[in-house]
Amino acid sequence: MTLQVNGKTITLTDVTNISGLLAFYQLEKKILVVERNGEIIDRSNYADTPIMDGDRIEIVHFVGGG
Amino acid sequence: MMNTLKIGTYEFTSRLLLGTGKFADLDTQSRAVEVSEAEILTFAVRRLNLDNPDEPNFLEKLDLKTYTLLPNTAGAYTAEEAVRIARLAKASGLCDMIKVEVIGDQRTLLPDPIGTLEASRILVEEGFTVLTYTNDDPILARRLQEVGVHAVMPGASPIGSGQGINNENNLRFIIEEAKVPIIVDAGIGSPADAAKAMELGADGVLLNTAVALADDPVLMAEAMKLAIEAGRKGFLAGRIPKKRYASASSPVEGMIE
Repeated sequence: MTLQVNGKTITLTDVTNISGLLAFYQLEKKILVVERNGEIIDRSNYADTPIMDGDRIEIVHFVGGG
Repeated sequence: MMNTLKIGTYEFTSRLLLGTGKFADLDTQSRAVEVSEAEILTFAVRRLNLDNPDEPNFLEKLDLKTYTLLPNTAGAYTAEEAVRIARLAKASGLCDMIKVEVIGDQRTLLPDPIGTLEASRILVEEGFTVLTYTNDDPILARRLQEVGVHAVMPGASPIGSGQGINNENNLRFIIEEAKVPIIVDAGIGSPADAAKAMELGADGVLLNTAVALADDPVLMAEAMKLAIEAGRKGFLAGRIPKKRYASASSPVEGMIE
């Protein structure tokens, strides 16, 4: 399965949902927000939200800024 | 109490809103934030660096019960982009405040008034507490209040320029007819600039670069805090009118001969 994650193309096996994707990147404890194909995914739905070939995923967080 | 700052349903003691960008290191930043006694801190929303997810992050060091987060929509050049960033910020579950910032020009970073108004209108409708960074245009400030923003934040001068207040007159016009807090945002260079904004009657000041890039950011954070307090008290106390000629402070009667 090939995805776009934060603008980078990545090929993954064994990852089926958003929870799995966050585990793959070791981000489970981070304060972050996930968008899948332009739609924000509620944290309570990470395990129930499948990822599919061709998905565009954005994983964002807060950084210093004015 | 006359000395609290009310923004939507929030209430604050401090009138200094501090940005969190451009600090040289997290330790300096933590101390500057603490000394500033700011209660509202701005942040930007960006992609997480997946190649180095554990790089230090200031937010993770913060006691989130102590501070109110004010994420911005910096980087947005259209209303749509700003709305998308705002929704992402709110989905963090950490805040419902948003600093609307829709830039119209890369060189000056001046706001696009049309996009700014449109993004503000949509985000008010969606239930955000909206603080809008805007040009120092009294008519636009009025239009923003008509769509229901919770605070108007006119720039003193271009972002990060340190030029101070470029158009005192416009700021005065905005403040005079304001129905929501007016927070002077961007362009503040020195404590004198911050005090001046408060003396004009601004309800608060949002600054970042003036502290973050000072030779001693912690000392400057304290100076800004004091300047804003002094300016506020000066405004409340009511300054004397300017006169053309001198007026003796000592009695003219009873002079020895």
